[in-house]
Amino acid sequence: MLFLLIRRSLRQHLVSTAVAVLLVALGLGLILSVWVVRAQAEQGFARSASGFDAVLGARGSKLQLVLNGLFHQESSPGNVTAEDFQDVKALPFVDRAIPIVVGDNFRGVRLVGVSDDWFHDLEYAPGHTYGVEPGGRPFQPGRKEAVVGSLAAHQLGWSVGTSFHPFHGLDYDPNAQHSESFTVVGVLAPTGTPADRVIWVPLEGVQRLGGHDPAAFTELSAVLIRFKPGAQAAGFMLDQRYNRQGRRLTLAWPVASILADLFSKFAWFEQALQALATMVAVVAGTSVFSSVYSSMSARRRDLAILRAVGAHRSFLIAAVLGEAACIGLLGCALGFGLYGLIATTVQELLRARMGVLFEPWAWNPSMAWGPALMLGLSLAAGAVPAWRAYRLSVADGLAPLS
Amino acid sequence: MDTPDALMIRDLTKSYPTRTGARVEILRIPALGLAPGQQVALRGESGLGKTTLLQIIAGILEPDGGSVSVGGAAVTGVSEARRDRIRAERMGYIFQTFNLLQGLTALENVDLGLAFGRGADPAAARAALERVGLAHRAHFHPRQLSTGQQQRVAIARALANRPCLILADEPTGNLDAPRSREVVQLLRESASALGAALLVASHDPAVLGAFEDVVDLAALNQAPRQAEVG
Repeated sequence: MLFLLIRRSLRQHLVSTAVAVLLVALGLGLILSVWVVRAQAEQGFARSASGFDAVLGARGSKLQLVLNGLFHQESSPGNVTAEDFQDVKALPFVDRAIPIVVGDNFRGVRLVGVSDDWFHDLEYAPGHTYGVEPGGRPFQPGRKEAVVGSLAAHQLGWSVGTSFHPFHGLDYDPNAQHSESFTVVGVLAPTGTPADRVIWVPLEGVQRLGGHDPAAFTELSAVLIRFKPGAQAAGFMLDQRYNRQGRRLTLAWPVASILADLFSKFAWFEQALQALATMVAVVAGTSVFSSVYSSMSARRRDLAILRAVGAHRSFLIAAVLGEAACIGLLGCALGFGLYGLIATTVQELLRARMGVLFEPWAWNPSMAWGPALMLGLSLAAGAVPAWRAYRLSVADGLAPLS
Repeated sequence: MDTPDALMIRDLTKSYPTRTGARVEILRIPALGLAPGQQVALRGESGLGKTTLLQIIAGILEPDGGSVSVGGAAVTGVSEARRDRIRAERMGYIFQTFNLLQGLTALENVDLGLAFGRGADPAAARAALERVGLAHRAHFHPRQLSTGQQQRVAIARALANRPCLILADEPTGNLDAPRSREVVQLLRESASALGAALLVASHDPAVLGAFEDVVDLAALNQAPRQAEVG
């Protein structure tokens, strides 16, 4: 009977109920979006960079080096010589040093020249190595061959055997097409990292393309570095060598800290969104209060009738709080749906633009405290009307009609 | 073993505070009793305290003094929860304006009467509607029913729990003469069928004329007219 009364009351005040439910949904959707998207984006970026400890590049911004070397964004601040690469590769605490060259694209999809080490037991995440989908193979050094990232292959509609003529520069210019042709020999197995959205070619393939400066044929855009396990001091030593004592090169290390700096630059925006989400949550609470209060006032006679047929005061409290709780629960369910929409959009955006894997439904504490907060707010908003219902005088409630 | 009285009132008093803080005594009833199955009309003009008396009997209002028992169960001097329980299980209350919940169907309104007494039972609610001749309107909402039909639903709700005492407060106040006669007849027949006592408060001569036992509240009530106490 309690649920029947709650259901009918919500239906009788459909408009105010719907507004309150929508506001609760908006509040929870925003809370989840702000807290989960931020956490997931940070994790996604960190995961994408977890295969390397540092990036060595020309003197300049560390962030630019990380974005260019690991996320295939921005341009390279300059070049690194082959000697610099050999020097760092020879250091005893360096496990892997992978040279990369950028500077060409195919219709906006970046070509990245890399040594064939890329396909030899290189882990992009613990326990996960780069590999080629069945039917393909890694490129041969020095040949005009390419392994295309899974996202890029999907975007371009390429498969093994596709030939293409790259374009000069990082931005697509239809008038700057190279005459050389590359052939796709493999599609990179999906990694959920930015590696999925570029075209991988042999180092020399990019270095020696027509129109490139012959003097820079051996130069590199950056060197991706991974230290040997346990080499705790390696980063400090290289930081001292390149960043403090040297003048030509920059070591972007530690990558996680540089990414954290990147996110901290957007802290003000995140705080603004948090404030907005909090405000919407408060407005939602007020709306639940308004809806339940007006519903309770309009049903004053109904509540008196319930008492007259034997309902105890506690039943009225349960009816009013139940109504508030239903609004809160419906709003939370809708809020998760709204978050799903927002998160899916962000997921697609991050995948397409950055190649960063975003898991909308991975556990985040806000998925527990967000609904609990909205439900708590709804119940708190229902407390005053519930108290009024509890205090209702049956005789007064029936008075005008008896 | 004797069957307890359906209603027993002794030395009942009730007063209300005035704006000046003094209290006006409106009811002083030395004794009133109804045997099981007895049907009594309580005559009284508006403002004489008929509704107050019925609400005290129902445990909705508390008297200043005296005692009320229904079916042998004390309604006065007990907790509010106990009064709610007695009202739900032993009494049926019929109002002038029917007081049906507009959001519920006729069947649900009757089931509501059962919910706080014997427990919700749609089959029993439907049977109660059948007894008042409204089974075919079970899924209609009150606004879809005539006033006479609404009062019959209210009667079905009051009778659904098989109470030992039925209280009716101006049950025909909103009905025309033919409907009034129908409702009074239905009330009396239904109460008889259940063996329940019936106390109908009214100032309508047509209603009062239908009862053999008529008690004049003005004569029964010993409270001084407009007297202030305290």
